[in-house]
Amino acid sequence: MSAILLLVLGLGGMALGYFLYSRFIAKVIYKVDENFRTPANEYEDGVDFVPTNKFVLWGHHFTSVAGAAPIVGPAIAVIWGWLPAFLWVTIGTIFFAGVHDFGAIWASVRNKAKSVGTLTGEVVGKRARSVFTIVIFLVLLMVNAVFGVVIAKLLINNPGSVVPVWGAIAVALVIGQLIYRAKMSLPIVSILGVAALYFLIYIGPSVPVSLPEHMIGLSDNAAWILILFAYAAVASLLPVWVLLQPRDYINGLQLFVGLIALYAAVLIASPEVVAPMINFGAPEGTPSMIPLLFVTIACGAISGFHGLVASGTTSKQLRREPDARFVGYFGATGEGALALAAIIAATAGFSSLSEWQSVYTSFGQGGVLAFVNGGATILSQGTGLDANVASTMLTVMAALFAGTTMDTGLRLQRYIFQEWGEIYNAKWMTKPAPATLLSVGTCLLLAFGAGGADGSGGLLIWPLFGTTNQLLAGLTLLVITVMLVRRGAPTRYTLIPLVFLLAMTLFALVLQLKGFYASGQWFLLGLDVVVLVAAILVTLECVASLRRVKQERAQTEAS
Amino acid sequence: MKQTLSRLKYWYQRASAAGAEYYNAPYRAAIARAQRDEDDLFMLLVFGEMMGIPNPASWYTLELQPLLLERFHDWHKRMGMERSPLDNMRCC
Repeated sequence: MSAILLLVLGLGGMALGYFLYSRFIAKVIYKVDENFRTPANEYEDGVDFVPTNKFVLWGHHFTSVAGAAPIVGPAIAVIWGWLPAFLWVTIGTIFFAGVHDFGAIWASVRNKAKSVGTLTGEVVGKRARSVFTIVIFLVLLMVNAVFGVVIAKLLINNPGSVVPVWGAIAVALVIGQLIYRAKMSLPIVSILGVAALYFLIYIGPSVPVSLPEHMIGLSDNAAWILILFAYAAVASLLPVWVLLQPRDYINGLQLFVGLIALYAAVLIASPEVVAPMINFGAPEGTPSMIPLLFVTIACGAISGFHGLVASGTTSKQLRREPDARFVGYFGATGEGALALAAIIAATAGFSSLSEWQSVYTSFGQGGVLAFVNGGATILSQGTGLDANVASTMLTVMAALFAGTTMDTGLRLQRYIFQEWGEIYNAKWMTKPAPATLLSVGTCLLLAFGAGGADGSGGLLIWPLFGTTNQLLAGLTLLVITVMLVRRGAPTRYTLIPLVFLLAMTLFALVLQLKGFYASGQWFLLGLDVVVLVAAILVTLECVASLRRVKQERAQTEAS
Repeated sequence: MKQTLSRLKYWYQRASAAGAEYYNAPYRAAIARAQRDEDDLFMLLVFGEMMGIPNPASWYTLELQPLLLERFHDWHKRMGMERSPLDNMRCC
């Protein structure tokens, strides 16, 4: 089958979702109101609350939610064949992610732009708020650990990408200085920055860098992970304008260039999908597709992380309430398109089925490397780019995304530690440096605890990351559903996704628990138990609070 | 020719404005907050003497007080004081 068909069906489905389904949700369910005064207008202060053009806001929302996760997840999940991953990404984007992201902005805008965390406390209850903090902490912990492992793998797989990946940081530092100190005009700086980055990508393959395989008792993988976390710790302590802001900007430009180039290359080269539709001969040890598919692909189908962005910053900048549909729902659609590109690269970028099978040898293999290698093949066929340069370009794209997420993730994790320091009156923990050290320490513990001394097995926690992410999405959907019950609007459009997500998450956790016990992976077993307890707490909260608000509603209607 | 040039200039300016908005919007809050923190420290330098904190430069900072009067109310509220801490400054 041609990959073009997959592309047209997927993008076509998502477009229909945006034009028809999201309009229905906006009109009938959320009842967005043109005349509602949004918090951006109500509390405009030029700092947090700033009414912003919807296209700019969409650009930000999209680039903050799109990272390496919608690439890694789908590229792992195609091990069950292309059809399940394709269907879950398309249907998930239309009926789950779009409704969730749009709903998170709407719920926040209707509540003075408060964050989902605060809303959980106010709308659902205090207990739910505590569960929420724990779930967020687990999500951040896992995403940082996993992305450290992912970047290390990328750098080892493609030594030519080492120079551009680290060089991009230098480029970002220079850009930041040029804009803030030299006050240079942005279009010129952007062109210079992108040109410098692509120059580095172009020369990268001719100056490959690799660490010695064993260095002071460390494997190269372990050494890269340590270097990456040392870097992320320093980066997360710097003022945002020095590194994070310019790097985010360059990443955003890179994302649009990369996505457009990849889609154009698919259209020109028209590659064949070589992976099976449904892989009945999946390698030994691959877990059952149901429910694991639904937690392996979180970002790209539905992800709780989006709710944090939507209610944390986006909702404070929304100019008109109806804009929430474009920013939230279409933002989710953009992420779905990225996940779709990852599926196409990881299934159509190989010359034959046996080559594909030699990459997907066990669960957790393939993944982002399959995306890079497959995508590079398509890119070089479609655009005539040198295969090495194409592969370096995609490696840099994935590594920069993962790097920015690590930086932001560590920052947020540090804030949580600092908050705990204040709550439990531990003065030392409220300071940035010790809190950062604690964050990095816990992440390293997880990366090496789960992945062994060389850290190579760290990707085993990917499905666990998916489950915690889905729990977060579940909590956001719960907040939206409770609000809908109170307003007397139909709830099934958020309740069905909520029930489905929680059921699949619980099922996946129990199944994995069994697997970890059978293989004697005690560290992962312990982690699974922690997430499982959180999942049960979330489920109980859902049942209790929905029953309560339904009763309240029935009483007010009766009286 | 002149018209094309001015049109190009117009588009360049629009691109520049859009780019600046895209560059600044996500970090506006963080940077403004950092600036406010520094301004708060400056307020303490200017008004510290009146609250019993010795300041060798108070002869000079005295001149600044009228200029900063407008910000005084927000500042003392931000510093956790519901009412103005100074008897001679009755802002609320």
